[in-house]
Amino acid sequence: MTLSDRKPILLDFEKPLVELDSRIAQIRELAEENDVDVSDQIQQLEARATQLRQEIFSSLTPSQRLQVARHPRRPSTLDYIQAISDEWIELHGDRSTGIDDLALVGGIARLDGRPVVMLGHQKGRDTKDNVRRNFGMASPGGYRKAMRLMNHANRFSMPIITFIDTPGAYAGVEAERLGQGEAIAYNLREMFRLEVPILCTVIGEGGSGGALGIGVGDRLMMFEHSVYTVASPEACAAILWKDASKAPQAAEALKITAADLKALGILDQILPEPIGGAHADPLKAAETLKQALLENLAELTRLSRSQLKELRYQKFRSIGMFTQLSA
Amino acid sequence: MSLFDWFANRRKSGSLSKERQEREIADGLWSKCPACGVLTYTKDLRTNQMVCPDCGHHLRIFADQRVQQLIDPGTWRPLDEDLCPVDPLKFRDRKAYQDRLRETQDKTGLRDAVQTGLGQLDRLPLGLGVMDFRFMGGSMGSVVGEKLTRLIERATRERLPVVIVCASGGARMQEGMLSLMQMAKISAALERHREAGLLYVPVLTHPTTGGVTASFAMLGDIIVAEPKATIGFAGRRVVEQTLREKLPDDFQTSEYLLTHGFVDTIVPRTQLKQTLAQLIRLHQPYPPSPAQASQFVHVPDHLPESLSVNSVRAD
Ligand SMILES: [Zn+2]
Repeated sequence: MTLSDRKPILLDFEKPLVELDSRIAQIRELAEENDVDVSDQIQQLEARATQLRQEIFSSLTPSQRLQVARHPRRPSTLDYIQAISDEWIELHGDRSTGIDDLALVGGIARLDGRPVVMLGHQKGRDTKDNVRRNFGMASPGGYRKAMRLMNHANRFSMPIITFIDTPGAYAGVEAERLGQGEAIAYNLREMFRLEVPILCTVIGEGGSGGALGIGVGDRLMMFEHSVYTVASPEACAAILWKDASKAPQAAEALKITAADLKALGILDQILPEPIGGAHADPLKAAETLKQALLENLAELTRLSRSQLKELRYQKFRSIGMFTQLSA
Repeated sequence: MSLFDWFANRRKSGSLSKERQEREIADGLWSKCPACGVLTYTKDLRTNQMVCPDCGHHLRIFADQRVQQLIDPGTWRPLDEDLCPVDPLKFRDRKAYQDRLRETQDKTGLRDAVQTGLGQLDRLPLGLGVMDFRFMGGSMGSVVGEKLTRLIERATRERLPVVIVCASGGARMQEGMLSLMQMAKISAALERHREAGLLYVPVLTHPTTGGVTASFAMLGDIIVAEPKATIGFAGRRVVEQTLREKLPDDFQTSEYLLTHGFVDTIVPRTQLKQTLAQLIRLHQPYPPSPAQASQFVHVPDHLPESLSVNSVRAD
């Protein structure tokens, strides 16, 4: 993973940190020129920078979190797969639509010795790659490829590990013509039929039905700064506020953060991120992910096939809030 | 004389003064077709199941009318009528969700956007769910998800086919992710219904979009659509913005989905009941049990109590 070597891309709320960092650099330079020892001072400033970074990232608003979740350097599905698996072979195609959807990738990996199927939305690592991968917005062919790989896993008793990172399913003419709704719906139903453990992790953006299309599992985990939404805050603001600029309010109101979703009983586990977000230390984030996957897998492996299916059913069966009036 | 001729005569004979006509439209005696503009005597329009006798346009109907059209008189047993929506997110856009709910409930007399129940369709027992577009655009929140899931679970236990008449703009944003998860919950119940070897037929009416399309609307063993309904995943405007070009007129219509293989058959509302009955009968076991042989009516081994009064027994 060479992402962190490149020049950092800064989010607006990171500005105080930049100022502090450049002051430290300045002092260092001055000290060198004048040959004075300022190591105490620098140490102090660095400690303050760390503290400030921690403060900023522990109190992000939902729309700031959304920015972190969409950070162009945020580790992607393939970054995590390569970081956590012993070996990996990518497999292509859904065997039906005639196009391999690069916005959704998958294959077989070995995780701590055990063969597993891994798949997920794939955003591009740069502009050119993003165009090729349609910014992680999968088409029906992507969802059908995912289903084909999940059926494969079921046949060979391999656990399924999915990574969610999409603004939403692709909204294009071709996608509609090829049955975007049907492709997602089919996965939702069939994932309840599978008899192997399914672990789903939102690594960045969980955008609506496009996320859920590979999101039915025995465990749902989210990285601390990831978001999962019923509709993008932009779309929600445009529809309910009739004003797309109200997206930050929508992000707040929709309850899209990991902590909110844990409270609503939708999320099982929050994966802590390195200070500054997963992109600040991708390898550390990958290690956290790997540990969580292995722990959950160990628990689920103890269950019988029918227990697994029953618990998965009950997990989703219990989601929803309403009242029942007595007649 | 065909029904159409009869309607035509009736319209001709009623050469009313403009003034009187306007008054009678206001009174609801006459209805104007939103597609062709022709005036029809409201009673006649109702008799024709709210399908314009002139141009065949299917006017929007509400859940109770749909139940009346499909279910044999005296056999409807509504389920879970006492489920009410709450405001789990304390959601407020330009208006508080709580107020929006209360106003919609007062205006429509409905508690939420779906009615479910057991009944008989042409003497065939089934589970029926009907979405109501009046209630916040038929949007799917926790109550819609729970009621449909309970309906499907009940039908699975009692070995009944399920029909769901869809009309929805998608997931209800005001309940956030709880709404999205209803898609998975209902799909899970459908998986069990399917596993039990039972028939599920969604009927797609105008409009069926978003999260409903991406879940139970598209999971039918057989998918029926009303003519010229809008059916799609992404909204037409969203697709237009993605493409920045005008789309063909028939894009995301029932006819478009039929052409592309995502709908089995388009059935006019006036023939819907008989088509559903035909489909259900075609899926009854063969050779029929002695009870079915005499009447071709499916009688389950254990009739739900609520149905036993009106069901047909061949003995
Ligand atoms: Zn008309």
